[in-house]
Amino acid sequence: MRNIALVTGREYTSRVRKKSFIVMTLIGPLLLAAFYGAIIWLAMSDTQNDDKHEILVVDESGLFSQGIDPNENLFFTVNPNDTNEDSYYGTLIIPSDFTIDQPNGARYLSSESLNIVEQSTMENQLEKSIKEKKLVRSGLLKETLDSLNTDVQISAAKISDGEIKENNTMINAAVGFAGAFFIYLFIFLYGVQVMKGVAEEKSNRIVEVIISSVKPFDLMLGKILGIALVGLTQVLIWIGLSAALMAIITPLLTSGAMNPEDAAQLIQQGQIAAPSAQMNVLAALFQLDFATLIFGFLFYFITGYLLYSAMFAAIASAVDSETDTQQFMFPITIPLIFSIVVAQSVVLKDPNGDLATWLSMIPFTAPIIMMVRLPFGVENWQLVLSMLFMIFGFIGVTWLASRIYRVGILMYGKKPSYKEIFKWMTYKG
Amino acid sequence: MLSVKSVSKHYAKKTALDQVSLDADSGKIIGLLGPNGAGKTSLIRIITMITAPDSGEVFFQGEKMRQELISGIGYLPEERGLYRKMTILDQAMYFGRLKGLSKAACSEGINYWFERLDMMDWKKKKLEELSKGMQQKVQFVLTILHKPKLLILDEPFTGFDPLNAEIIKNEIIGLKEQGACILLSTHRMESVEELCDDITLINNGKVIIQGEVNEVRSRYKKSEFEFVFKGSLNKSLKGVSERSDRIQKDGSTRSLMQVQAGHSTHELIQDIMQEVHLLEFREMLPSIKDIFIELVGTRI
Repeated sequence: MRNIALVTGREYTSRVRKKSFIVMTLIGPLLLAAFYGAIIWLAMSDTQNDDKHEILVVDESGLFSQGIDPNENLFFTVNPNDTNEDSYYGTLIIPSDFTIDQPNGARYLSSESLNIVEQSTMENQLEKSIKEKKLVRSGLLKETLDSLNTDVQISAAKISDGEIKENNTMINAAVGFAGAFFIYLFIFLYGVQVMKGVAEEKSNRIVEVIISSVKPFDLMLGKILGIALVGLTQVLIWIGLSAALMAIITPLLTSGAMNPEDAAQLIQQGQIAAPSAQMNVLAALFQLDFATLIFGFLFYFITGYLLYSAMFAAIASAVDSETDTQQFMFPITIPLIFSIVVAQSVVLKDPNGDLATWLSMIPFTAPIIMMVRLPFGVENWQLVLSMLFMIFGFIGVTWLASRIYRVGILMYGKKPSYKEIFKWMTYKG
Repeated sequence: MLSVKSVSKHYAKKTALDQVSLDADSGKIIGLLGPNGAGKTSLIRIITMITAPDSGEVFFQGEKMRQELISGIGYLPEERGLYRKMTILDQAMYFGRLKGLSKAACSEGINYWFERLDMMDWKKKKLEELSKGMQQKVQFVLTILHKPKLLILDEPFTGFDPLNAEIIKNEIIGLKEQGACILLSTHRMESVEELCDDITLINNGKVIIQGEVNEVRSRYKKSEFEFVFKGSLNKSLKGVSERSDRIQKDGSTRSLMQVQAGHSTHELIQDIMQEVHLLEFREMLPSIKDIFIELVGTRI
């Protein structure tokens, strides 16, 4: 135990003192905050597009003399007296042969190119006008038509432990996938550090010196734990700094709008009947169970890392140089790559389906799949079972990896085959 | 101090060690010799418990070897290695503590040895900033820092200039005089004769010769004698099968003679003295190197 602690201590201190660690630790939250800010900004700008554009309509057909219905962003002025084109956003020309049965030849001219949303908006408004005219022609009254238009909005909420919680599938998916992606990234990032560390000790022959003082298992475990602590330190600093930065950014971005937490509360109490889309997003974000999410993230990050880094250590011990690790890296990382691919499609579509449930039980895929599922809500027994499997999986894999490591670390000269590596697992002593 | 009893170790198709036994006392230097691949490193790894033998036992200080006793061993492997980016002081503290020293004892040992070997200025330097020879010196100090009772040195002189090799040699002798038992594996035969009290020669996993250095040499003597004399010795000498002469700068002749088995050296000396003025006479013992080449059949 004393030696494991010494090895862990060396791995930890030698790494956290590095400039690259300090730089990454400080830059990470800034990147995260920028990412978070971008999401909020996009969500807001989507609903807060206040730009109003006036379109000049030159109607030669006489069909639209009563005007064209505007929408939130575009409104139309038909055949005005003042035809100074410069004061308009663009000019829509309806030719004289344009009829409700043959609505062809309409052209739009402007100094700026038309974006796809504006084009379809314009088309929709014209189609709507023509449709009304056709309905009127068939004998319907304009008033009857107006009364046909209804607007229904569904705001999704989820009942959990008797409480009604705002629920937004997109937010759940984004948070789950972001968490899973970070776990994926960290397993690689820190797992590769373990691999490099072992390869360094082997190729510099440090292991020859050290192995007479430390048992191979202690050396391997010490290294893995040391780097785990480095990762944990980094992630915790990131979470702390990110939270602080977000606390600063959120009010800046949502200034003028209601405080999202208050909004969430009001929505819950039923005081706001129809929450706006923007409020929905923020409310859903603040209604996520952050405690479970952060705990789940840290748990799956650590255990996933421990599981994979034990395998990375075994690989590095088996070969002579870092470049030879490639051949063995690929098969080991397949489950990881597979889960991030599956997470994007199957799991996000059906987070509580059979495939997602099974994959979140298998220790090799659980860290990523379970992380994606967590924001959607996972039943407690599933979470507990998955965590137990994760712990047993880590212990089992580490034991096997240490069998390979113990032989590989002192074996020089030739690159072993898979068959030989399996044989090493059974060597005695 | 150290007793290896009938140790055997087999790998898939190869026998690395076959019934190897060895005894080493404190205050002695034991030369462990053998060509590359003979099984020296396998034996050392079994003694240091890095690998386990298939059969046989190792005793250290009268007890069967176990993990707790390992800290009484200092092992300098042939393939050296330390952390390149770590400072010398940090490495020394790390390795010393892995050997069970307390922080205070570690610092004390570091100060003693760094002072003694003129290494104080290196403490704050990273390993990669030091020359190869300096790195070797650091490694040597790390091996002896915890005052091991048994010191296993695998090619301790490689990488040193003659001056530093001499310093290290004297330190090894000093450790021996303080009662350490030293197992010295080397290809430098001159250092074997100079340093070792006993030798064990291994080839193909088997012990070929074992014993006290001079005893081994006389065991392999071939009735070869060297005479230095003034004057000319022309007559053929009775009982001499081979003879080669060399005139030296001072005009004397150095003559190497192979004497037939059973022939009295006493008679030969009398014969020679009748003709010339004999200055020196000695029996030629084969060097360890000669014995090694003769038995192993390979150049080293």
